[in-house]
Amino acid sequence: MINIANVSKHYGSFQVLKECTTSVAKGEVIVVCGPSGSGKSTLIKCVNGLEPFQSGEIIVDGTSVGDPKTNLSKLRARVGMVFQNFELFPHMSITQNLAIAQVKVLGRSQDEAMDKGLKLLDRVGLKAQAAKFPGQLSGGQQQRVAIARALAMDPICMLFDEPTSALDPEMVNEVLDVMTELAHEGMTMMCVTHEMGFAKRVADRVIFMDQGAIVEDDSKEAFFANPRSQRAQQFLAKILHH
Amino acid sequence: MGYQWNWGVFLQSSASGDDTYLGWMFAGFKMTIALSLTAWVLALLLGALVGVLRTVPNKTLAGIATAYVELFRNVPLLVQLFIWYFVLPELLPTSIGDAYKQSNPVLQQFLASMVCLGLFTSARVAEQVRAGINSLPRGQKNAGLALGFTLPQTYRYVMLPMAFRLVVPPLTSEFLNIFKNSAVCSTIGLLELAAQGRQLVDYTAQPYESFIAVTLSYIIINVTVMTLMHRFEKRIAVPGYIGGK
Repeated sequence: MINIANVSKHYGSFQVLKECTTSVAKGEVIVVCGPSGSGKSTLIKCVNGLEPFQSGEIIVDGTSVGDPKTNLSKLRARVGMVFQNFELFPHMSITQNLAIAQVKVLGRSQDEAMDKGLKLLDRVGLKAQAAKFPGQLSGGQQQRVAIARALAMDPICMLFDEPTSALDPEMVNEVLDVMTELAHEGMTMMCVTHEMGFAKRVADRVIFMDQGAIVEDDSKEAFFANPRSQRAQQFLAKILHH
Repeated sequence: MGYQWNWGVFLQSSASGDDTYLGWMFAGFKMTIALSLTAWVLALLLGALVGVLRTVPNKTLAGIATAYVELFRNVPLLVQLFIWYFVLPELLPTSIGDAYKQSNPVLQQFLASMVCLGLFTSARVAEQVRAGINSLPRGQKNAGLALGFTLPQTYRYVMLPMAFRLVVPPLTSEFLNIFKNSAVCSTIGLLELAAQGRQLVDYTAQPYESFIAVTLSYIIINVTVMTLMHRFEKRIAVPGYIGGK
């Protein structure tokens, strides 16, 4: 589904990604973790072309992301993405947020889009909030709407960029529950997150990044049981302490 | 002081005979409004376009937009007015220039004033629009793109609706400025409010009454504009967001 091969990216002389290579198979759930500044968010944004990269290749469902001839909008419409800060559109009601891209990008009718949106809203447990605006919802609720908005496009895979990092602690679980359910339904997912509990429960593989490089790429069992690199050992020791 | 107040002067028949001096003031009032509103429409359209272009990734387009803003923002309004009114007709091809110079002089004054005020203000509007777009959270653009919107669609549906809401307050002050700046156009003979006020002094030797009337007229215009814009701001406020319920 997603193939990342030797991807490197520089900001001037600073190298953000170093020869990253990995892949995500259909139906697989991958958790990407690592200290801040390790390039994990940059890597996931490269997958749908929100961040350009200078060398290497990323193939998503047979389409090369770096190829200048690729219609990126078309590709992005098939790849769902959820952001750290939710990024709902504040001037639209929740239902409009769910419907607009279905109508303007996929060409669905307004009714069809509303129907689909409401169904997904029900699925994330927020049907009662349909007529509200994003500013009137809690962070956890906004993030669940954002997940529903991405799902409304019938994506072939989902990218999560630290979906719980901006949430109050008591709201983290409601978002993780939605993600877990999604994973159990067989959605292909690439999640940048620090939620190691989620990784242990749901992930098939864990990727650990440090200073722009993929240091570990292993099954979750192997990763949590005995990480090979010292950097990952330190990271886990710190993060699992609490 | 020995000044002879005479508020009745406005009801006297004017020097032209077919009107009162109050009628002169009212003609100036209407001219100021017509000039400022048409110039404002021009400023909003051009300013929005240029402001958006300043934020696009295309370096050439952004560069042209920046040059436009710097040109119109860094030359004094009065100088710009003289260029539009006195210099530009000379630069037109002779036939067009001559035809223009033989057209109705009031039309010439009005056109030069409208274009001048409109373009001068558009540069200021463009800066506000640019600031509004840049003040949006960066993730909004990415969220639009990630849903499969093209860049123009992302501007149209995601960024501009919020950016314009954010810039309504600073645009209100530009809207007020255009009415005040329109007084500069009296220097090329356009009979707007300030020019009528001066003309009234020449004919009646009642400067206090004339300019108190002029002052009050500008205040009435601007209080009206402020009230309307404030209502507009409330109407477009986003629920749960700054200024909203």
